[in-house]
Amino acid sequence: MKFVTDIKNTRQEEKQQTTKVYETKDLNLWYGNTHALKNVNFPIYEQEVTAIIGPSGCGKSTFLKTLNRMVELVPSVHTSGTIEYRGENILAPDFMVEDLRTKVGMVFQKPNPFPKSIYDNIAYGPRIHGIKDRKILDEIVETSLRGAAIWNEVKDRLKENAYGMSGGQQQRLCIARALAIEPDVILMDEPTSALDPKSTLKVEELIQELKKDFSIVIVTHNMQQAARISDRTAFMLNGELIEYDYTDDIFQHPKDERTEDYITGRFG
Amino acid sequence: MIENNKESTSTVRVKSMIEQNRQRQSFRAVSEKAVPTVLLVIALISILTTIGIVFVLITETFEFFNRVSLVEFFTGTVLRPLSQDPKFGILPLINGTIISSAIAMFVAGPIGMMTAIYLSEYASDKARRVLKPVLELLAGIPTIVYGFFAFTFVTPFLRQFIPEMSATNILAPGLVMGVMIIPMIASLSEDAMSSVPNAMREGALALGSTKLEVTFKVIIPAAFSGIVAAFVLGISRAVGETMIVAIASGSSKNFTFDITQSMQTMTAYVVEVAGGDASPGSTIYYSLYAVAMTLFMFTLLMNILARYIARRFREEY
Amino acid sequence: MTTHIQSEKVRNRMKRRVALNKGLSGVFLLATMFGVFVLAVLFYQILTEGMPYINLDFLTGKLSTMPERAGIMGAILGTLWLMAVVIPVTIVLGVGTAIYNELYAKEGKLQNIIQTNISNLSGVPSIVYGILGMTIFASLLKLGSVVLAGGLTMSLLVLPIVIVSSQEALRAVPSYLSEASIGLGATKWQTIKNIILPAALPGILTGAILALSRAIGETAPLVVLGIPALLLPFPGGLFDRFTVLPMQIYYWTLDASLVAEYQFLASATIIVLLAMLFILNGTAIVIRNKFQRRY
Repeated sequence: MKFVTDIKNTRQEEKQQTTKVYETKDLNLWYGNTHALKNVNFPIYEQEVTAIIGPSGCGKSTFLKTLNRMVELVPSVHTSGTIEYRGENILAPDFMVEDLRTKVGMVFQKPNPFPKSIYDNIAYGPRIHGIKDRKILDEIVETSLRGAAIWNEVKDRLKENAYGMSGGQQQRLCIARALAIEPDVILMDEPTSALDPKSTLKVEELIQELKKDFSIVIVTHNMQQAARISDRTAFMLNGELIEYDYTDDIFQHPKDERTEDYITGRFG
Repeated sequence: MIENNKESTSTVRVKSMIEQNRQRQSFRAVSEKAVPTVLLVIALISILTTIGIVFVLITETFEFFNRVSLVEFFTGTVLRPLSQDPKFGILPLINGTIISSAIAMFVAGPIGMMTAIYLSEYASDKARRVLKPVLELLAGIPTIVYGFFAFTFVTPFLRQFIPEMSATNILAPGLVMGVMIIPMIASLSEDAMSSVPNAMREGALALGSTKLEVTFKVIIPAAFSGIVAAFVLGISRAVGETMIVAIASGSSKNFTFDITQSMQTMTAYVVEVAGGDASPGSTIYYSLYAVAMTLFMFTLLMNILARYIARRFREEY
Repeated sequence: MTTHIQSEKVRNRMKRRVALNKGLSGVFLLATMFGVFVLAVLFYQILTEGMPYINLDFLTGKLSTMPERAGIMGAILGTLWLMAVVIPVTIVLGVGTAIYNELYAKEGKLQNIIQTNISNLSGVPSIVYGILGMTIFASLLKLGSVVLAGGLTMSLLVLPIVIVSSQEALRAVPSYLSEASIGLGATKWQTIKNIILPAALPGILTGAILALSRAIGETAPLVVLGIPALLLPFPGGLFDRFTVLPMQIYYWTLDASLVAEYQFLASATIIVLLAMLFILNGTAIVIRNKFQRRY
């Protein structure tokens, strides 16, 4: 298939032995009586981009939000099974979610900067974690904005409200905001679905760059995007994980018929 | 494309700083637990107000009915609290309250309704932008000012036409109370009417209806529950209104239907007695609570009724 | 095919229907203008009667039984003292309750009870609050007719307004803002303090100002509390006896039949009261417009 780019060819064979960041075992999740995730077993590997694709309502966003337990913002959610992050079960009742969310950053579907200045948006994370020193904050802001490839565009207007930026810039600002507390994993929930093609491309390039330092899990409804940027791809359907493999393999030799139907567009 | 990669030194630093801060997080954990508790206490204080009102009213009303029988209170037409042989019939007050509220609704009902129709169905955006703030202004004027207006302007004005009218009477404050309630009826009814979907308007207009027919045959029936709720709230407001009647309708406790004469409402009675020297412990002091309790129960029922109507009979569009 | 619609008849009727529509639309407009008209008459009366009495001596002078020497400084100060109690009490109780209800309370019984209570409270006549204030603050706590008793009574009266408007303001903050904050590892309270409250602040302030203007225009509860008519010393603290502008208007209006000028003094005091209300409401509008948020 054409859309497998050369980036993927740099994949090293030793990836097979990479450590797992997440290990999900027999995860079930219900919204009230709706069974949204069914027996999901899903390892996520370090310093890779893992893409999750599937039709809307398949549970891919739900799964992503379970990885930092943001899913609990919806009342009436309950779960069974385990998700181990670095060996610790994050679904355990006494687990401290704030700690998890500090280490696992999130970028949302729609850019959601705070109604504050660009500077304060970036500094928000460090500040709530107790970093108050102005000099250190200045440095963090610059490093994060550079990391999100937006420093040159905004360095002269750090004090301006973030809502004066374009949608694409806002989304990269949100990525920078996540970088500022130096997470281990970054979860991205359809981060380009609200962006124009040019901004999308920029964000995609950025993801490639970020992979060197972070493990990234991205939910996308855009199969080409998954093929372009991810190392592994998971296909979900009706709350089940149907197939999960290296991206090349998934797109070139899908093992499951349903995966093939979806990839080739035969799927409703 | 990446301008400058993150320096690895910085990486280590921020992470470790966050980790360090996490070690002494006990304060954060405490405040995280304490805040909801403090807020719950605050919310409970707010509830305590209702409980306080009800408790105060009930205990003192109970004392009142130890001295005056329920039958006398609710069926007596003679209210003579200060006489040697005091009588505590509430009917003159209920009569005054009903008459003043009826006069008020006689003004506020039709005018408020027509205002709502105009604003919702006829007015241009521009007219609406001017008229709505004026109505808000009317709603924001303190009732004491309306009382002043009723007493020093409306009554003298009416007496030019009705010479036998008394200087304190129930008509003038009733009318002014009506003016005061217009904005309330108008804005609540307008809300109900403008929330009727446009598709219903367009459907009727496309059949050749005039705006008037659309309004009366489509919009008002669809918005009916909201409009009724507005009227109920308007009545409740009129019953609870105090200063206008306290100033302009005098303190006559006669059981009469002559609207050109002075009458007292329940609220005005409370003002008169509490503002005078009702020594705590006297029967007349306790009568305050019995009257206030009646007032409270009535307005509470009206409010519950209004909410029930608005919810229960809402049209499903 | 027979047609039931006879165009002749329809056209004749149509003329009538259109004319009726036109005529009644004029009636509706007139009804709407009625309120405007009353407002104009009211303002005209107050301004013509009151303006001549407004001068520095009137604004800064003490009360007097002699109309030409009467001033309302005491009532102005009393109103300001009342505000000094109402503002902190309603903001702490009102915003606190709103935060609890909107952001902490689990959907269920308790939240329902609180919610029903608040909507019932807002319909209780102000005079009943006066009875509550008289019984609890003035008698039970033995405060008497002092600033604190009046202020607490008024605070309870306007509390539902502050709670309801704060709840609406909090609800209007988009959930994606708090999600962003929580996603960064912020705790619930950090998110509320740093993100939700600042975003809701304009709405909260607007509601608080409207409640405040209700509080300084109310009279009935203070009459019940026994706020005096003629009070010479100026209030200087929470435990001083006091009077306020609406009380002054009330007594002057009642006595207008005894001394004719009292009516004009009442008008002049109304002008001062309305001016304060306009300033407050103007501030609310400015806040609403200036801090209208972009997100």
